[in-house]
Amino acid sequence: MATTLLDITPPLTAEVLAKLHVGDHVTITGVIYTARDAAHKRLIEMLSQGKPLPFDIRGQIIYYVGPTPPKPGQVIGSAGPTTSYRMDPYTPPLLEAGLKGIVGKAGRGPAVREALVKNKAVYFGAVGGAGALLARYIKSAEVIAYEDLGTEAVRRLTVEKFPVIVVNDIYGGDALQEGKAKWRQPEVLAR
Amino acid sequence: MARTASTKSTVRDVPASAITEAVARLCMSANTDLPDDVLQALKTARQKEESPGAQHVLNIIIENAQIAKSQSVPLCQDTGTTLVFVDLGQDAHIVGGSLDEAIQAGIRKGYNEGYLRKSIAKDPFTSRTNTGDNTPGMVHTEIVPGDKVKLTILPKGGGCENMSKLSMLRPADGRKGLVDFVVQSVEAAGGNPCPPVIVGVGVGGSADRAVLLAKRAIMRQPVGQHSPDPETAKLEEELLEKVNALGIGPQAWGGRTTALAVHVETFPTHITSLPVAVNIQCHSARQKTVVI
Repeated sequence: MATTLLDITPPLTAEVLAKLHVGDHVTITGVIYTARDAAHKRLIEMLSQGKPLPFDIRGQIIYYVGPTPPKPGQVIGSAGPTTSYRMDPYTPPLLEAGLKGIVGKAGRGPAVREALVKNKAVYFGAVGGAGALLARYIKSAEVIAYEDLGTEAVRRLTVEKFPVIVVNDIYGGDALQEGKAKWRQPEVLAR
Repeated sequence: MARTASTKSTVRDVPASAITEAVARLCMSANTDLPDDVLQALKTARQKEESPGAQHVLNIIIENAQIAKSQSVPLCQDTGTTLVFVDLGQDAHIVGGSLDEAIQAGIRKGYNEGYLRKSIAKDPFTSRTNTGDNTPGMVHTEIVPGDKVKLTILPKGGGCENMSKLSMLRPADGRKGLVDFVVQSVEAAGGNPCPPVIVGVGVGGSADRAVLLAKRAIMRQPVGQHSPDPETAKLEEELLEKVNALGIGPQAWGGRTTALAVHVETFPTHITSLPVAVNIQCHSARQKTVVI
């Protein structure tokens, strides 16, 4: 079982972000915010119009998730990460506005990876499809914006020891490229 | 016109309400209970994996399946587009309502009562307003012999479905062209379809047929079962070996298990065509079947 090196709490300071390296197993405790495609579109519109965002984004973490509805007694339904590349077009402006952490699934494109390094922010991966398990680390959930979007609304979550790994660190490292390079078998592919 | 005595009438009435109830139940159970063969394949992959990161991911996926089943909560927050495959016996007679409406009512009921996510957008290139009840499902109906109604519900996640590919190769591109296309499609998908995946390949038919073959290919049970045709089985083995040689691994964090299996379905095709379709199923390979 992987060892967890660090538990981090937003807002993320430069000191904390500097300690994170690709492949590190990290847990998150504290407040994170949720947003996916539709909410990102609105957030970018507000930014471009100079309007305040629904929350102070500086130092915060956004989690790309659209949960299932909670059953009676549940804080939140199943809540694993959605595929991150769909949010790529919206991400550089949010990083420039002060976003310091993103939790999603799978890889980001070159423009986002450059923006992460430029703005010294970290992209984390949570295990996709582990919706039931990950929901256990979420202790409260509250819709704070765009309620009309239902599952895609912006939610404020409090999480406790929410497990992620560092996929892109502030130094330009990429866990997905490194992992693939390590385990690739070119001789089999060439047959 | 009355049936004559020589027709030996075996037409069986099947109430539309029975179809609604069955679809609702299957929507709920398909989303919480990972099929046994898939769970076993994940456990076997965990034993064989050499990458510690990959082992960690597989442990989490296996634990997630156990939590989902015991708590009756969805495996994944993407409870998917509801694909419905109906094998309608030609001697089954649906009474009390339309087959399609009965199915859609079942989806509506199951997704509501099961606390499942509503993930269907009405107008794909304009407002994209959520339909609020996960309808419409995508229904495929085949007429088959007999008087039964066989229903398979397959909740299909958007992440993996978005990695679907179709290429109309030339016959001259041949087996090698086919292999290269499938391997490149899986490589391009990377972590987006939530590896470890099940890769479905449809070869032949017309364009639409090839895509449906690829979808049916991912449904084969038990996962990893080879095609009965020896040439196709050899192709499946080669594709699995190459796909796993990409090194993508579970969640693309690097490892030996990018795919649990590759299934290939073929069909005769036009003398000028070699259609190859790829459909990828994520590790939440959900499906449930009932026969009414």
